[in-house]
Amino acid sequence: MVKITFIQPDDSEQVVETEPSMTLMEAAKLNNVPGIEAECGGACACATCHVYVDEAWRDKTGKPSQMEEDMLDFAFDVRDSSRLSCQIKLTPELDGLVVRVPAKQF
Amino acid sequence: MSSEALPRANGNDGPIETDAVIIGAGPVGLFAVFELGLVDIKAHVIDILDKPGGQCAELYPGKPIYDIPGLPIVSGQEITDRLMQQIKPFGATFHLGERVDELERLPDQRFRLKTDGGKTFVSKVVVIAAGGGSFTPKRPPLAGIEAFEGTSVFYSVRRREDLRGKAVLIVGGGDSALDWTLNLQPVAESLTLLHRRDDFRGAPHSVEKMRELAAQGKIRLLIGQVTELHGSGNRLEAVTVKTKEGEERLAVDALLPFFGLTMKLGPVANWGINLNENLIPVDTEKFQTSENGIFAIGDINWYPGKLKLILSGFHEAALMAQAAYKIVYPGKKLLFQYTTSSSSLQKKLGVT
Repeated sequence: MVKITFIQPDDSEQVVETEPSMTLMEAAKLNNVPGIEAECGGACACATCHVYVDEAWRDKTGKPSQMEEDMLDFAFDVRDSSRLSCQIKLTPELDGLVVRVPAKQF
Repeated sequence: MSSEALPRANGNDGPIETDAVIIGAGPVGLFAVFELGLVDIKAHVIDILDKPGGQCAELYPGKPIYDIPGLPIVSGQEITDRLMQQIKPFGATFHLGERVDELERLPDQRFRLKTDGGKTFVSKVVVIAAGGGSFTPKRPPLAGIEAFEGTSVFYSVRRREDLRGKAVLIVGGGDSALDWTLNLQPVAESLTLLHRRDDFRGAPHSVEKMRELAAQGKIRLLIGQVTELHGSGNRLEAVTVKTKEGEERLAVDALLPFFGLTMKLGPVANWGINLNENLIPVDTEKFQTSENGIFAIGDINWYPGKLKLILSGFHEAALMAQAAYKIVYPGKKLLFQYTTSSSSLQKKLGVT
């Protein structure tokens, strides 16, 4: 199992445990994490599953692909730590991952 | 198939009278043309996008779909093209780039529909196949932006002249942002293009032209994001832009944000049809809404057990067509037939 902490804009934390092999977006949706909309269902086509990856985990989650970068253009308040959670595949190495949910998806 | 090859209605001289109007040209709306066509119901199809295919064409044209029966793998664009081929014999007329704004029942029980393009339709049945709703430009979540929309904030430009002599700020990195940068630069008093990264998705020649203009000092290219709007009433006066160098207050008369499209239910909410959480409840026999003669199929409807799958929408289209027949041809008996064996269906399909 992989443990992930989602931090809301009000700093409240939600820890979810999930099987690896799904995406971070799917883990969020499955556990009803607020603020992850995933309007397109995970096709990297909408930018409404935007998250900020905690500094300590950025190496392990890696950088967005070209397609993801293009889609991040449609997100709001994009930072260096921005990723689309549908594009982060959970692996045992990501056990303990910490991400922040942005104030708004749009 | 290019959308240019589709038959289109021209002009707006009087209402277009038809058997059926299908709202939405996504896969389910397209297949409704087929199912209605088999029972001799002629259809007009209206869609807000400038091409058929709906989400398949707009959101994931190149992405694979694996759950269409008989097509182990098909892309969003390919299934659109194949459906267009499949419905060709039925000669539906497409009205693309138009949104249905009004829908009302006439005294003779038919429906009158009006589009934002000024067209009026009078139809015996209406099929709402609007998926997630109409694609509308994304509104950046900046405090107070609503007040400036239409006066200082524009998501599309109707007339270039409206921006003559103005300090214009364009935000975005795709073709819309680039095209309008090139287009408005000669008329604007000043033009700034703002994008979050120094990398643009648009057509390479547009990017090149834009960079030339920036190098010549004819436009200003800024890498950063808007964080705040400043103005009074409905007039925008300035925006705060955050760049790597820090914050800057930029005086602007007009802001054009190009952040792509999102789906909104839109005018459907005003048509007097029962809704439930932005979906249209229907029965599972006819897929009819709370209004006799108005059907809803595909992602926009809801019934117990509903799954938002293209294949479910296809099934819904077939049953809807049977019910629509009874309204379009009252009193006429409909003989159920198979395309495999029915010579009359094959004649309609143009295969005999």
